[in-house]
Amino acid sequence: MLGEGILKGLAETAKNFAGSYVSKERLTTVQYPEERVAPIEASRVFPFLVYDGGDWQAGLRCVACQICEKECPPKCIYIEKSKDKKPDYVGKPQIYPARFDIDVSVCMSCQICVEVCPFEAIKMDTEFELATDDRFGGLLRSRDQLAKSNEYYHGIHPTEAAEVDARLAEEKAKVEAKAKAAAEAAAAKAAAEPATPAAKPAGGESK
Amino acid sequence: MLEKADQLFVLLQHWVMGLVPAAWQTATGIVLAVVAIIAVYPTLFALAVLLERKGLGRMQNRYGPNRVGPFGLFQPVADGIKSLTKEDVVPFRADTLVHFLAPLVLVVAVFMGFAVLPMGRNMVLVDMDASLLFVFAMGASTELSVFMAGWSSRNKYSLLGAMRAVAQMISYEVPLLLSSVVIVMMTGSLSLEKMVEAQNHYSYGLPHWYVFTPWGLAGFVMFVIAAMAETNRSPFDLPEGESEIIAGYFTEYSGFKFALFFLGEYVGMFGISGLGVTLFLGGWTAPFAFLTWVPSWIWFFGKVMLWICFFIWVRGTLPRLRQDQLMNFAWKFMLPMTLLNLLVAAMWRFMGEGWLRWAVCTAVVVGAYVLMGRTGMRRGQIGPRSYRYAE
Amino acid sequence: MSIAFVLVSALTIAGGLAAVLLKNLVHCALAVSVAFAGLAFLFLQLDAQFAGFAQILVYIGAVAILVVFAILLTRGAESPKGESVFSRAWQAGLAIAAAVFAVLGWAILQGAAELPANAATPQVTVNDIGHALMSRYVLPLEIVALLLTAALIGAVIVAMHEKERAK
Ligand code: SF4
Ligand code: SF4
Repeated sequence: MLGEGILKGLAETAKNFAGSYVSKERLTTVQYPEERVAPIEASRVFPFLVYDGGDWQAGLRCVACQICEKECPPKCIYIEKSKDKKPDYVGKPQIYPARFDIDVSVCMSCQICVEVCPFEAIKMDTEFELATDDRFGGLLRSRDQLAKSNEYYHGIHPTEAAEVDARLAEEKAKVEAKAKAAAEAAAAKAAAEPATPAAKPAGGESK
Repeated sequence: MLEKADQLFVLLQHWVMGLVPAAWQTATGIVLAVVAIIAVYPTLFALAVLLERKGLGRMQNRYGPNRVGPFGLFQPVADGIKSLTKEDVVPFRADTLVHFLAPLVLVVAVFMGFAVLPMGRNMVLVDMDASLLFVFAMGASTELSVFMAGWSSRNKYSLLGAMRAVAQMISYEVPLLLSSVVIVMMTGSLSLEKMVEAQNHYSYGLPHWYVFTPWGLAGFVMFVIAAMAETNRSPFDLPEGESEIIAGYFTEYSGFKFALFFLGEYVGMFGISGLGVTLFLGGWTAPFAFLTWVPSWIWFFGKVMLWICFFIWVRGTLPRLRQDQLMNFAWKFMLPMTLLNLLVAAMWRFMGEGWLRWAVCTAVVVGAYVLMGRTGMRRGQIGPRSYRYAE
Repeated sequence: MSIAFVLVSALTIAGGLAAVLLKNLVHCALAVSVAFAGLAFLFLQLDAQFAGFAQILVYIGAVAILVVFAILLTRGAESPKGESVFSRAWQAGLAIAAAVFAVLGWAILQGAAELPANAATPQVTVNDIGHALMSRYVLPLEIVALLLTAALIGAVIVAMHEKERAK
C-alpha cells in the first residue's frame, strides 16, 4: 500500500537513532584528536626525501636530477642544483639539491614523483597533519622539513622500504663488483702489459 | 499561581505597559510583543538547528556536533559568530539591489506570519478576522523573495533552484490551502483564535482536536506533506539539492545574508508548524483534560518542537524526490485527495451526530486513499522509485 | 487623508510607474508586485481584510510569480539595447488608459454622490462576504467559476496536445 515503505523507513531510522544511545558498536566515529586509528601502511599523503645515516645533509639520496620536478603534474616541486658535489651512497660524487621545496597546497598526492625518481630519493609520507596558520610560507615545505631518515621510512612503509633497500644494496654490490673487476683488470693489465684486450670486462655501461 | 504561570507573558506585558504613560501604552504593548517574537523564534531556531544536526547524526550512527561546549550545546553560538564574521561576497554581475533585498523580504514575510498565531491563551499579537488568510498571504510572499534571490545572483544553479522552488511552492500551496479549508468549513471562521477555541473541549478526558476525525486526520496528513514541500524540507528539498545545484537559490549568498536565509527557512518552518498545530492539533490546548493546568504556551511550543522533530526524522529517512515525481504527487494525488476531503468534511457536517458519520467518512477517506494509491502506483506516477541501472 | 495613505499611495504609484519605465523585464515584474502590495495596504487601511489578504495571496503569490516565470521561460529579461521602453503604439495605449481611468473615475464619483453624507462605514466580516457570495451574488460567482473551469480545461488540453506530439 502507498506509504508503507515510508513507515518502514521511519522505523529504521528510529531504530538507528535509539540504538546509537544504547550500543557503542553502532558509533564507528573515531574522536580524532584524542583517539586515532593505527597508521595504515598503504596510505600516502605527501612526499618526503629519504636520507641514509645520521646526517640528513650528507645522506640525502636526491641528486637534483629534476626529473620529479618535470614530471609533477601540478608543478609543485622547486629544485635548485648545488654548485659543488658530495658523495652519494655508493661513494660517487654527485650534485645535490641546494633547494628542494614542495608546495603542500598544490600537491595532489599522486605519487608520480616517487615513481619517476631513479634514485629512490623521494617517497610518500603518511603524516597528514600538515595544517598551518601561515598561508604562504608554512605551506611550502623546504628541504630540511622534507628530509626524513631511512629508519622513518622503514617505520611507515616496512615492506616497500625493505624492497628499496634490497634493490639499493644489489646495485651497490654490482657497482662494487664492477669496480673490483675493473681494479683487477687494471692490475692484470699492469702485470701483463702486452696481453690481449679480451681480458677487459664488458664495461661501457657504467661509464 | 498556575493561572499566573499560564498568563505569565501577558501579565509581564501589562506590567511594562503600566509603567509608561497611557498614550503610549498600546504602542508599547505591540513593540513588546514584536520584540518577544523576534527574540523567541531565533532562539528556537538555534535549538532546532542543534537538534537537527544531533538527531541526523544519531540516525546515521554518528555523534553529531560535540565539540563546542558540553555535548556541543554551544554549536549554534559558534555557527552564529562564524556567519556574522564571514565576508559578504556579492557576485560581480549580480543585481545588487535585488540581491540585497531578497533575504530581507524573506525574513520580514516569515516573521509577519507570527503576528496572528495564537501562541497561548490570550497570547496573540493581532486578533484579526481573517488571520488564516493572513498567514497564507505572508507564506505566498516568500515565494517572491526566493525568486528574487535566485534571479539576481546571475548564476545558473541559483536560477534553477529558484525556478524549482517557485514551481514547487505554487503547486503545493494548493493542497496546503485546500487541506486547511476543511477546518474553516467546520469552525465557520477564518480566525485562528476561534479555531483553537473550537477544539478546546474535552470528552472522556480526551480533547476535540480536529486530527481525531476522519477528515481531520486526512487533512492533517495532507497538510504535513504540503508543509514539508512549502518549506523546502527533505524529501522535497529539490530547490536546495546540495548534491545537484549546491543550495539552489542561495548559492551566491554568504555571511550574514546566508544566515538570514537560513533563519528565514527555519522560522518559516516554525510558522507553518505553528499553523498546523493551531489548525489540527488544538493549538495551545492540553492533550488531556487532567493536564490543563500546564501553561498553555508550553503546549504550543512543545507541539511545534515535536512537529520540527518529526520533520528532522523524515529528513533523516527519505531521499530526495525527482521533479516529475514531485509534480505528479502534488497534482495527481494531493489535489484530488484534498478535494475529496472537502466533500467528506461537508458530509460530516450534515450527517449529524452518531456512529454512522464516523463509519461513512472513514470508509470514504480510507477507500479513496487505497484506491488512488493503487492506481497511482500501478501507473508508476507515485510510489517507490525504480531505476533501470541501480537495481 | 492620513500620512499612511499618502505614503502607501506614493509607493503604489511609484511601483506602477517603475513597472512601465524600467528597462529590465524582471525589474518591471518586481515593481508590479510592489504596486500590488501597495494596493493590498490600501485595502487593509479601509478595513477590508479579506480583499487585502486575497490581493497579496493571489497577486503577489501567484500572478507576479507567473509573470516572472513567463518572462524567464520565453525570453531574456533584458530588453534589446537601444530600443525604447515604449512601444510604437504608445499613443493608443495612452488613450485606452485614459479612457479606462475616465470610466472608473466617473463610476466612483457617481457612487460617492449617491452615498448619504457621513454614512457609517459598514463592518464587513469575511462571514458576510461569504453569505453575500452565496446568496445575492451567486450567479456571478458561478459564471466566474465556469470561466475558470473552462480555462483550466483549456490549459490541460494544451498540455496534453504537447505530450502527444512529443511521442
Ligand atoms: S605526489 Fe604528485 S603532485 Fe605531489 S609532488 Fe609528487 S608528483 Fe607532485
Ligand atoms: S627526488 Fe629523485 S627525481 Fe627528484 S630530483 Fe631528487 S633524485 Fe631526481
